[in-house]
Order: sequence, then C-alpha cells, then structure tokens
Amino acid sequence: MAVNLRAETLTFLRTAWGRAYPRVVGMQREKSWMLFDVFLPLLQVAAYVYIYRAIGAPPEFTGFVVLGGAMTAYWMNILWSMASQLYWEKETGNLELFIIAPTSRMAILLGMAVGGIFATTIRALGVLLAGILVFRVPMAPTSVPALIGVFLLTLVALYGMGMLMASLFLLWGRQAWHIANLFQEPVFLVSGFYFPVRALGFLVALGASIVPITLGLDAMRQLLYPQMMEGFRFLPVGVELGALAVLGVGFLFFAHRALRFFENLARREGRLTLRGQ
Amino acid sequence: MGAREFSIETQDLTRVFRVKRREARGQTREVVALDRATLAVERGELFGVLGPNGAGKTTLIKILATLLSPTAGTARVAGVDVVENPWEVRRHIGMVSGGESSGYGLLTVEENLWMFSQFYGMRSGEAKKRIRELLEVVGLADRAKTKIYHLSTGMRQKMNFARGFLTDPEVLFLDEPTIGLDVQTARTLRTFTRGWIDDHPDRTILLTTHYMYEADELCDRVAIIDQGRVLACDAPAALKRGLQGEAVFRLTVDGDRDLGPLLGRVDGVQRFAHAARDGHTELDLILADENALVPVLTAIQGAGARLLSLEKREPTLEDVFLRLVGRSLTEVSEGGGEPPR
Repeated sequence: MAVNLRAETLTFLRTAWGRAYPRVVGMQREKSWMLFDVFLPLLQVAAYVYIYRAIGAPPEFTGFVVLGGAMTAYWMNILWSMASQLYWEKETGNLELFIIAPTSRMAILLGMAVGGIFATTIRALGVLLAGILVFRVPMAPTSVPALIGVFLLTLVALYGMGMLMASLFLLWGRQAWHIANLFQEPVFLVSGFYFPVRALGFLVALGASIVPITLGLDAMRQLLYPQMMEGFRFLPVGVELGALAVLGVGFLFFAHRALRFFENLARREGRLTLRGQ
Repeated sequence: MGAREFSIETQDLTRVFRVKRREARGQTREVVALDRATLAVERGELFGVLGPNGAGKTTLIKILATLLSPTAGTARVAGVDVVENPWEVRRHIGMVSGGESSGYGLLTVEENLWMFSQFYGMRSGEAKKRIRELLEVVGLADRAKTKIYHLSTGMRQKMNFARGFLTDPEVLFLDEPTIGLDVQTARTLRTFTRGWIDDHPDRTILLTTHYMYEADELCDRVAIIDQGRVLACDAPAALKRGLQGEAVFRLTVDGDRDLGPLLGRVDGVQRFAHAARDGHTELDLILADENALVPVLTAIQGAGARLLSLEKREPTLEDVFLRLVGRSLTEVSEGGGEPPR
C-alpha cells in the first residue's frame, strides 16, 4: 500500500512536470510573444494611463492600471490556455492519450496550470516592469510578504477556477471558443482591471468576486497604495485573503469532482473522441 | 492448466450513436457502429480487425481503450472489465492511431516522447534510454532533436509508434497505423510491429486496418468486420482456405462498363466486384468452379466488351471479404484499399 501510494505520488508529480514542460520551454522557443504579450497589453494600459493623467488623477491611479494590466495576462491564460485547452487537446489527439494514461487528470491540469503560471508570470512581469519604467509608476508596498501571499493565493484560486472550467469545456466543442470570448471582456470590466472594483458598487463587486482576480487585485492595491485605497477599498485585506482561500479550496474540490463527472459523461456520449464538433 | 488466456474478450459488444438529422432540426437518428461483436484474442497474438472505413473498427478500439462506453455487451482487457474498472485497464494498454497529430510542435521528438513517458510514471533516465533505443529501431534517431512541426507525416507516425511502444504495454491497440504512409515507412513499421510481438510473447497487439495485404502479412488471426458486425474470424490462411473449392479470377475488359447486371444473371457466379481502372474495367470474380468461366466470357463478349486479360488467382483476404459481404474491400473503402506495401 505504501509502495503504491509512493508510486502514485511520483506518477502524479512526474505527470504534472511532464505537462508543464511544453509551456515552460515553449516560451523560450517562440520569442515573438514579447511583441504580442507585452507590447500590445501595454498599449491598452497606456490608454487608461493617459485618460487618468488628462483628468488630473493622482499618480497612484497609474499604478492601479499597470497592476491590472499585468494581471490581465493571467485571466487570458485561464480562458485560452486552461479552460479551453482540453478542447484543443481533443482536436490534436492529445486528449485521448491523456485519458488512456494511468495517471491523474488533476495532475495533467496541475501541469497545465504550473506551466501556464510560469509562462504568464514572465509576461506579467514584462508588462509590470515596462509599465513602471515607461509611466514612472510609484510603488510603496506596506508589506512585501503579504503582497506575495495575496498574489500566490490569487493564483491558486484563479487556476483552481481554470481547472474547474477546463472540466466543463471537456464536454463542449466549438462552443468553447465562443464561451471563452464571452467571458473575456466582461470580466475585464467587472473585476476592476483598470480601476478599483468598488467603483462599480458593492453588490456588483461582490458578484464579480467569484472571479478571484477581483479580490486579489483589490487586496494587492490596498497593500501597494494604502492611503489612496482607503476611499476605494472593497473589503479588508484579511477578509479578501480568507475569501480567496475558500475560493481556492472550493474550486479545486469541484474541479476534481467535475472532471470525473464530465469525463464519464463524455465517454458515454462519445464526445471524448469526437473532433471538429 | 492449459486453459487459454485471453488478453481481450468481448461479448455482444454494441455501440449505438445518436446523430443529428440533417433534414429535421432537433431530431436524432441512431447509428449502430458496433453490433453484438464477440471476439477473444489470446495473449501473445497479433490480432487483426479488417474492414472498410466505417465498419466499426475504431469504435471497437475506443471502447477497449476506455475512451468510449459500450451501449450494450461486455469487454475485458487484460482480464479487467472496461466499464467497471477503466482505471485498472489503463495500466495495461497503449494506443497508436493512424494520422495522429498528437504532441506539441514546439517540442522536439525526444521531448514529446519524454513527456508522454512521464504520464506513465517512468523515471526520466530510463525513459530517455528507451526513447533512444526506439528511435533507432524506427529509423528516427537522426531526428531526435527536431521540433515535431518540422516532421513529415511519415516521420511523425514513426514517432507515434515509438510512443506506443515506449511503456512496453501488455496490450497495444494500433488503429490503422500505416494509413497515408509511404511504402518504405509502412514497411518499416510493419516489420517492427511483427518483430516486437515475436520478441514479446506475453504481449498482445490488436491492429485494425482496411489494407488486406497488411492484415494478411502481419496478423496471426483476423476478424473481418463490416457494418459493425464480425463476419468471420480465423487465421488468414484458414480464411482463404474456405474459398478453395471456388475459382477466383481477375479479368480486365476494355472501356468503363457496368457489367454488374449482366454477371448477376450468369450461373456459377458467386460474387463479383468491378472497378474502373486506367480507362478499363477490372472484374474480380468468385465462381462456383472453373467451368463457370465459359458462360462468363460468352456473356462479356455478347455485351460487346473486349477481354484484355484473364488471370486465375489464389484467393486473398480481399476475396474472402467479397465472398462474405458481396462488395470488394477496395470498393467500400473508396480508394483506400491499396496497401502501401
């Protein structure tokens, strides 16, 4: 039993690393991402920065926007490289090989997430650094460990959500594309990527909190710009941290259950192998 | 003691798909992909499933590989029920499909293979050693460091083959593995497959194909399948022996002619298939005996056709299929029946 558990654990870890690998090395082999993933988001950030400057907003607002711009990379990664990924894997024939392998599906999703986090963090750092240098953004974190903690917890919850979405997308075909499109812009808006989410009102912010980036961004802004956020904070940082932890555990739990359920359903309906639907 | 060990057993295995009707929105119709298929494949066998496109071969493999649930019937792989315990089945199987485009283009051949080895929990060092050996065997060693989006179809399929054999699975499913490959690559892979099963008598391969030649050359036993039903199952030689009381001829007549109605009326013609080729018509005939040839030739002459060639052939699996189904395998597979020998 102990040997089995050890073997299973090793297979789990090897699977996760095996699936993360393409994303980790892929970045170094496709340098063109620099243009698309750093320069283009920076243009969008620039639009908001110049609006804030034109209306004479305090310089911290530039920081809000740059931070939001960096975090958009994660949301894009969740939609296009986590949620809809199993659909693409089905189209290329990888999904069948994932399914028949004697390994945990959660390990495969974890590998996708870890690889995605690595690749996206480099992109997000690119946007953040470029934003800080180009727009001279002031940064004065009250607590670096707390900031890192919030950031990591946000990623856990966010990628847990990505895993849950991936299991739902297991069943869908081309609809996956449309659904991912549908989620992209509205979440940019309601999660407060370019402004403190409280500006949308408490209830809208509460609803938007189902997307962990909403709480994560608000908490990170409070830790970076405590004085400016006093009038805009949605919830206290501690509450947001707790909520992120609950979301993370909840999403991972439901992802595990949903993955098993939808895999069985897809096998019954013959959708695991049906391409081009 | 002495009881036969079956690696694969199916009993009345059936799969029905519901597909949308084109003509009636919102309505579905049922398509029977596999119809009460019963098979038993012994450990150590290279077992072939021969049939035209759409015969149910891939559906059978998908069910056995735990990718698809059967609608009815049972299937066991390595002694484990595929519906009750798919997880356990997966510890024993591997699969390679023809025309597969699996893997990630940005990774090299050896990186892709290493990635798949990790899903089986192989140690990295052991996996890399095995990958080198397999790439050598399939003739892809010089491409180990090539990113797979630079590979040709044949090279990619060699890589897929290497992946299938990487974990030395107890039961390996090869679904049309040489489809679309050039002659040389197909031959390399067939030779490797036969060699592997000969060297590993405790392993089993189930291979589906619509290439008659491939099934004949490679397989210990062959099941002939059409429209989801298993029509016959035996060693290729035994299947062909079943036709030895009959006479098998191939005739070529000038022009593109439909001689079907004419031949259908000639006594002694058991089965026939005709195909247009290079401006002529090629006829494959199974006759009750050689005496039936004279009325066939008379009828052809009476129709104004000129006989260009006449050949008496030894029966092939193609003839067995024709005898069982009433259509030629090549004809049903719409040009896909030409084997890449």
